Amino acid sequence: MKQLTVFIENRIGRLEQVTEILKENNVNIVCLSLDDTGDYGMLRMIVSQPAQAVETLVDAGFSAMLTDVTAIKLPHHFGMLNKLSGLLSDNGIDIKYMYALNSGADAAIVIKTSDDAKSEEILVASGEYHVLSAVDVYNM
Amino acid sequence: MMIWAKEETLSRSEIEQIQLDKLKKLVHYVYDNVEPYRRKMDDAGIAPDDVKSLDDLKRLPFTTKQDFRDCYPFGLFAVGTDKLARIHASSGTTGKPTVVGYTAKDLEVWAECVARLAVAGGAEPSDVCQICFGYGMFTGALGLHKGLEHIGACIIPSSTGNSEKQLMYMKDYGSTLLVATPSYALRLGEVALQMGLNPKTDLKLRTALVGSELMTEAMRDEMKKLYGEKLTVTQNYGMSELMGPGVSGECTEFCGMHINEDHFICEIIDPATGEVLPAGEKGELVVTCLSKEALPLIRYRTRDITRLFYEPCKCGRTTARMEILSGRTDDMLKIKGVNVFPSQIEEVMLRFEEFGPHYEIIVDRKDHSDILTIRVEMTPDSMTDDVSELEALKKRLKTQLRTMLGIDAKIVLESPHTLKRFEGKAKRVTDNRKGLT
Repeated sequence: MKQLTVFIENRIGRLEQVTEILKENNVNIVCLSLDDTGDYGMLRMIVSQPAQAVETLVDAGFSAMLTDVTAIKLPHHFGMLNKLSGLLSDNGIDIKYMYALNSGADAAIVIKTSDDAKSEEILVASGEYHVLSAVDVYNM
Repeated sequence: MMIWAKEETLSRSEIEQIQLDKLKKLVHYVYDNVEPYRRKMDDAGIAPDDVKSLDDLKRLPFTTKQDFRDCYPFGLFAVGTDKLARIHASSGTTGKPTVVGYTAKDLEVWAECVARLAVAGGAEPSDVCQICFGYGMFTGALGLHKGLEHIGACIIPSSTGNSEKQLMYMKDYGSTLLVATPSYALRLGEVALQMGLNPKTDLKLRTALVGSELMTEAMRDEMKKLYGEKLTVTQNYGMSELMGPGVSGECTEFCGMHINEDHFICEIIDPATGEVLPAGEKGELVVTCLSKEALPLIRYRTRDITRLFYEPCKCGRTTARMEILSGRTDDMLKIKGVNVFPSQIEEVMLRFEEFGPHYEIIVDRKDHSDILTIRVEMTPDSMTDDVSELEALKKRLKTQLRTMLGIDAKIVLESPHTLKRFEGKAKRVTDNRKGLT
């Protein structure tokens, strides 16, 4: 699944410009996370049309890119996120970032790890998690 | 490798003896013949006889570009126009040009000085030398012309302009040595390619003596890429006020520019205080011209920033060497009490392929403390969504800058194509402390 990532300099109005461009192009933001480092921010989004969105943002002069991430659905049970972290760390996988995705009754997260393919494999094999398809997520 | 003159291989004590003998005569000469010097020395309370050692040089007042302006046109000359053999002038972008004069004897010394540097830089008597400096009032072209003629080389005084014709001379007459600014040498190579010539095989160039503008190592590499690895590229240094080209030049060991020390005494000073700095420290170059009859100069402030090294060179020369210039005092910033040159920051930045060539330097003052901020632009290829990678990159830049400058800088990463572009001279420094100091 593709995540739209935009590097945003810490200047007033930059986030507004990004969202304005997405709005004008009828791109829907499914979920997002904004990482702040002080002098710049990293805006990470799951959007309805990632390929089109990245193109229009780059044309507008933004440093935008597509990154592979995984969307995982996890049952609304006590301790499910804890267990997921444990499965990954036991296998030596480093979680780079994670943010929540609203998927109705169940909980869901978008996750980026040091080895996305292996993470998916481990989580699916546990029988308790399943990977959401990109198309499903884009259309949420 | 040939060494042109025995004066280039004297022991340190022999060099210093020559310098002292000449300096003593010089102070009397300027005191007796140049009114502004007499006034300056009287004001400083120093008489010609007070100069007894080379160390006494630092008691003498400086000469500056402003003195040339104040004494325009001939006020600093020690001889009348009847004794002059030639007059040159610098372009002078603002106001009056800087006028310089030579006696017949001065012209001889000039040719000798240039001959030494040319030979050190790779020239040989058998060379066919194409001089692509503008002839005219500018000292560069005739300086190199006479120096190369002095070693017995053949001269093509092709001057500047009409690059196609330049390349025709170069190819048809078999030029082996090019005299040009580094940027014009690069331009000629590009034009050659456009004309369907291969500079590596269709031309006989083996040496380029470049000067009159600062050459970076990147430019030297670029020239070798264009003309082939066999091309020896050396640069030399001078300025009209001092003589023109002929003050110093690189040898083929490429470890600094050898100074003609029997004709020039070089010192390095702190440009802010005027204090003489110890050997090896970076500061403003100050030059005393020991041999000039028409325009003798004492402690001329060049505003060029360099360092001096006195160890003998592998090439066999024992003369002091000055490092390739790292900037001008006009560009210097004093941050947290440390002298910082934008060129030092640029040098560090160019080591990183993750950053583009555009940057901005901002200096602020907060709570009586200076803050240096450097905005750098990422290249599109190096942009990543991985914050830890970006932070690690910032940290690497910061560490290398601290090693270079001795102070900490705040690094701000910018996305590609966001910083301001300049068509002419770039303005990269913003000092917001003005008025607060």
